[in-house]
Amino acid sequence: MYELSDVSKNFEKSGRPVVALQNVNLTIADGEMLAIQGPTGQGKTTLLQLLGGLDQASSGVVAFDGDDLGRLGESQLADLRARAFGFVFQTFNLIPTLTALENVEVALVPLHVSGPERRRRAAAALDEVSLGDRATHLPSELSGGQQQRVAIARALVKEPKVVLADEPTGNLDEETRDDIVNLLESMSRLRGLTLVIVTHDSTVARRAPRIATIKKGRLSIREAQPSQSRR
Amino acid sequence: MLFTYLARELRSRSKQAIVIAAGLGIGIALVITVSATSAGVKAAQGQVLHSLYGVGTDITVSQTAAAGSGGPQRFSFGGTPGGGTRPTAGTHFSRNTLSPTPGSATLAVTTVTQIAKVSGVVAASGGLSLNDTSISGTFGSFGGFGGGTTSASSGTPPPVSFSSFSVVGVQPNTNDVGPLTNAEVTSGRPFTSADNTSKVAILSSSYAVQNKLTLNSTITVAGTKLSVVGIASLPSGSTTDVFLPLGEAQTLAKLPGKITTVYVSAASASDVNAVTSAIQKAFPKATLTNASTLASEVTGSITSASTLATKLGLWISVAALAVAFLVAALLMMAAVSRRVREFGTLKALGWRTRRVVGQVMGEGLVQGVVGGIIGIGLGIGAASVVSAVAPGLTATEGSPVTTGGGFTGGGGFGSGGFGGGSGFGGSTFPRRTGGFATDLPRTVLVHLTAPIQGGSLLLAIGLAIAGGLVAGAFGAWRAARLRPAAALRRVE
Repeated sequence: MYELSDVSKNFEKSGRPVVALQNVNLTIADGEMLAIQGPTGQGKTTLLQLLGGLDQASSGVVAFDGDDLGRLGESQLADLRARAFGFVFQTFNLIPTLTALENVEVALVPLHVSGPERRRRAAAALDEVSLGDRATHLPSELSGGQQQRVAIARALVKEPKVVLADEPTGNLDEETRDDIVNLLESMSRLRGLTLVIVTHDSTVARRAPRIATIKKGRLSIREAQPSQSRR
Repeated sequence: MLFTYLARELRSRSKQAIVIAAGLGIGIALVITVSATSAGVKAAQGQVLHSLYGVGTDITVSQTAAAGSGGPQRFSFGGTPGGGTRPTAGTHFSRNTLSPTPGSATLAVTTVTQIAKVSGVVAASGGLSLNDTSISGTFGSFGGFGGGTTSASSGTPPPVSFSSFSVVGVQPNTNDVGPLTNAEVTSGRPFTSADNTSKVAILSSSYAVQNKLTLNSTITVAGTKLSVVGIASLPSGSTTDVFLPLGEAQTLAKLPGKITTVYVSAASASDVNAVTSAIQKAFPKATLTNASTLASEVTGSITSASTLATKLGLWISVAALAVAFLVAALLMMAAVSRRVREFGTLKALGWRTRRVVGQVMGEGLVQGVVGGIIGIGLGIGAASVVSAVAPGLTATEGSPVTTGGGFTGGGGFGSGGFGGGSGFGGSTFPRRTGGFATDLPRTVLVHLTAPIQGGSLLLAIGLAIAGGLVAGAFGAWRAARLRPAAALRRVE
């Protein structure tokens, strides 16, 4: 699915050059669950954004299903994000003025799904994350865990190929954290999705069969203990 | 979904949205009010010009009298200039004259035919503006005006009666253009072709009321009795008292074949200036007046109001609109900058930039439309207030200049009278601007209204939409520049 070759990413921060990623080589297979671990500010989120077509590499190739994302135009990337990628963010990133149901619907807007069909699919997605009864609630009326469930429903409603989760449990307590990770894991397994989770939490990372660790922009891979991995 | 999103977004920051809409609304209300007031002032000017011109008349042609000539007639009561024979005390005197309006020269009536042949002229008619002046009284014991010895001994001024009214001779067979075209004959009948040399008259309704004259009454002009065949209601500002058939007016004034004014109607409003130039070229000594030149000679509060409405009002409107647009744009930009992560999220979900931009533009548009509705409401209200409380505006046509001549004493009526050839000499009269029946600067009072016009409402709606789109465009431009990764990194 993903083939990253010599990927580097540099940018400037407060006028000073920052090397976020250095010569990263990585392969991610279809249906794989990969955890990306590492300290804060070492390039985890940057790698996730490259995988999601939200940013472009300074050098190297990020290939998704054979397409070099760096060579795609903005509209092609937008289409890809709309169809193939589902994002889950640490701060949930729900639209505060829309209800839970409408927040899920938002992901179907670029796919030109009709209104009734959009609502039907959004309601089903909320049911799957056990929030069917909170469809009309605004994000401010939901707990952190519930908001993240809505975000997961939003990521899954379009039936993407990949779910890219950036610190999905970073703002949650331990119990909720486990619920969310279980949910992500079970949903991706059920649907055969590729799941990439960025986390600095080793408990979460150990749920993945493979763990990529990033330190100072350099990536290394290690296999998790079989008993700890999902497969 | 998109409308829901838009509505929720605006509702969530309703205070800011109201400020933006109200700001746009105030700017638009100012535009409507100024536009309505300006239209009202123009209408008032039009009313004044109509009263001076007459409906259908586009240009008037006249000729200004040379300095010291063409002035009013001199009265002579038997004395000779320089103090000749004194009249006997107690002798009654009475004089009545009909002469061209001071300051205006006469033209040959053939001028009408010549002007009618000028390209672009569709109708032309001649008019003869006259003043009928009467003076009567008795001579005093010292040769001056007075009431005999009693007056002389007591020093009481002798009783002298003086009256004057304006007369205009009109061609009876020209109904399309001329001084009577804007008059409505409320009783009796208008002139017919057969009336040209008949002893008939049409009175202005105000003059008839003032002098208790009615249909079939008799009026004396230049000592000749004429039958009143019509009473006409004239527009505000008209000062003509009596209309006569041109032929009869020429006979009474002893000015056969003469006129003072040619009234000209052009083929269309756009031809007026060209026709004016063509006539001026053919008659270089003539004084031509059309709406624009007359408007420039109208003075008074109406001119001040017009200047205020068109210049100051325009700039206030432009400034208010600019400020409203700027404030709306800045507020929209501020609102967008608070939603950077939201837009980054939408882009991460696959929303294209144009959809995000459309969302922001849509919010701006809705605020603009709401601002337009507020503006139209406020504008209509303000225009109504202007119509209700605006003071009457005055317009004065003609500026006084010395034309020479004047009422001179005729050479001494004794030591106690108006002697030494001075009399009423050196009187001032208005500068002639072209054939208007006037003998003093005319002041017309008109009520200012502020009519809302469909065009200004359309303009308001257009401005509102433009304002909303401008405000939205600023915000959208900022949103469009966002790269998803950078937007998602934004800490709010």
